[in-house]
Amino acid sequence: MRAYAIAVFAFLYLPIGIIALFSFSAGRSASSMQGFSTEWYGRALSNPFVMEALWTSIKVAFLSAVLATVAGTMAALALTGMRGRLRVFFDTLVQVAVMIPGIVIGIAALIALVTVFDLVNPWLEAMSGRRLSLGMGSLIGLHGMFTMSLVVLLVRGRLESFDRAQIEASSDLGAGPVATFVQVTLPQIAPAILAGFLLAFTFSFDDFIMAFFVAGSETTLPIYIFSSIRRGVTPEINAIGTMVMVASLTLLIIAQVLLRPGVARAGR
Amino acid sequence: MLDANAEAGIRMGASREQGTHSTQGHPSDEDCVAEFVGATKRFGAVLAADRINLRIRRGEFLSFLGPSGCGKTTALRMLAGFESPSDGTVRIDGQDVSRVPAYARPVNMVFQHYALFPHMTVAQNIGYGLRQVRPKLAKSEIAARVDAALAKVRLEAFGARRTWELSGGQQQRVALARAIINEPKLLLLDEPMAALDAKLRGEMQRELLDLQRSLGITFVLVTHDQEEALSMSDRICIMGAGRIVQVGTPQDLYDRPRNRYVADFVGKANILSGEVLSRQAGLARIALAGGAQVLVPDTAGDTRRHVDVAVRPEALRLAVAGEALGEDAMLRARITHRTFLGDHTEYLLLAEDIGPFQVNVPRQAERALGGQRVGDQVHILWTAGTGLILAAEE
Repeated sequence: MRAYAIAVFAFLYLPIGIIALFSFSAGRSASSMQGFSTEWYGRALSNPFVMEALWTSIKVAFLSAVLATVAGTMAALALTGMRGRLRVFFDTLVQVAVMIPGIVIGIAALIALVTVFDLVNPWLEAMSGRRLSLGMGSLIGLHGMFTMSLVVLLVRGRLESFDRAQIEASSDLGAGPVATFVQVTLPQIAPAILAGFLLAFTFSFDDFIMAFFVAGSETTLPIYIFSSIRRGVTPEINAIGTMVMVASLTLLIIAQVLLRPGVARAGR
Repeated sequence: MLDANAEAGIRMGASREQGTHSTQGHPSDEDCVAEFVGATKRFGAVLAADRINLRIRRGEFLSFLGPSGCGKTTALRMLAGFESPSDGTVRIDGQDVSRVPAYARPVNMVFQHYALFPHMTVAQNIGYGLRQVRPKLAKSEIAARVDAALAKVRLEAFGARRTWELSGGQQQRVALARAIINEPKLLLLDEPMAALDAKLRGEMQRELLDLQRSLGITFVLVTHDQEEALSMSDRICIMGAGRIVQVGTPQDLYDRPRNRYVADFVGKANILSGEVLSRQAGLARIALAGGAQVLVPDTAGDTRRHVDVAVRPEALRLAVAGEALGEDAMLRARITHRTFLGDHTEYLLLAEDIGPFQVNVPRQAERALGGQRVGDQVHILWTAGTGLILAAEE
């Protein structure tokens, strides 16, 4: 049993560890270790294409995470106030959304966007001379919509353990709905909201499949890595991959800490 | 004994005339701090409160008493502003507040599970109401008033603590301090003792009464615990199926329950059905099942033939043998249970042709009775003029 567990974990984590290890290689091969250097990190960080793709990824991840956090939190609050079948229906929709494969969402979004653009663009061109196309907007929109489900799930979880009588108590003591939200609800669900933001950011930052379909002329970091692999793998790719992984892991760990039961104590 | 009960009968008749939906006596507008006028609340098809009419007197301790689902909580929530009546109005200080939200009402509440804010300290919880006041109060004033409130509930040393670090009793005192700091016109208490153990409950009840006396605020308590309501209230409003069944002082309700529902709910009562044979001089001669006849004050004030008669367990006596004197009735019965309770002993008996009875025998009378055991035959002595006739239930 123990050996089996070790084998499973080795299978999962060994390739990642090897990539991280090879990223410190001094040679040109991406699949062997030839001495130690941080040279490839320097090259990656001074490559203008990498830096541009990184900047695009950060913009998309940040803006889509903001969108997802605001909309997701509002949806979670509305769902908690809802009763009966309608709530079950929406809850199920949210859970299913998380489980749909990225490639399906990517294709579906691409077809939907292109169809809408074709319908709208003649009108827009006639009126303002501009036209809609795939790019930053569609990336942020799609990532925001998908990661919204993650935020809804996290915030809903926190609201479950939140004593609704507190809202009545606050109202009873003279606080209107907005004041109650700011002083009572928000401080207690803030950890879940922040964790949701970080997860949404990480998801968008790491996503390749959905972005690949709707990115248009934009290049995010995962898309850049994918296209440069086709030109041949260098330890530079390993270095970029390792940096992305470390950044993502850091955000995920922070999110986990925020969702700890110890932090949830404030929600009792 | 007979005279006193006859008089009770007349008084019972007087309170009858005011009907189910009215209060006893009408306080002037000056004395009336809040009022329900035909207040009705529907939740879909459920009628949670049905045409409630009640005037709450300034400074009194009023309890809504009844089993769960009787409408008492709905009535309280209509006062607090968490529910607005589907029909009728709720007034506070003469103003119609039916559509005024909770945060704009001069009313505060102690919640059943306290609903303290876990992300704030004890002092921050207590000061919450003051921090909502506009224009803003000075920080120093808020701090001073929080300190005063902490002192009032004897939690001076706990201001900086987190609420979850406190015991149940302490949490309740925080909830209390938080609710009185804005000096509400009405303090509402929603089963505040339900989560406390019995010993602490008694302590908290006394503390609550002291607090009410020193503050002079009107308290409105919701409870399903009749002892709590009897021991604390100036007046009790008994509710059932969304309606007010009877309003009165604890003594009123105990001595002159309006109907079977009240007699059953407040204290213990033997309730028997019988047939009225004659009515004379305020007394009704009633034949119980099996033919035994008792004389009961004619309290119902109507001319029904079939009536329910209620008699408290402590109003009956037990005798080993002998003859009934005059008009007193004697019922043969067998002891089924005997529970010694210190100052009195509770006997459960099975009366011939009638059914179960409870008789409470005080310590001294118990000695005279001799060592009767379960299974022994005794006589239940029903003194003429004891008990009362219950009004028909609606």
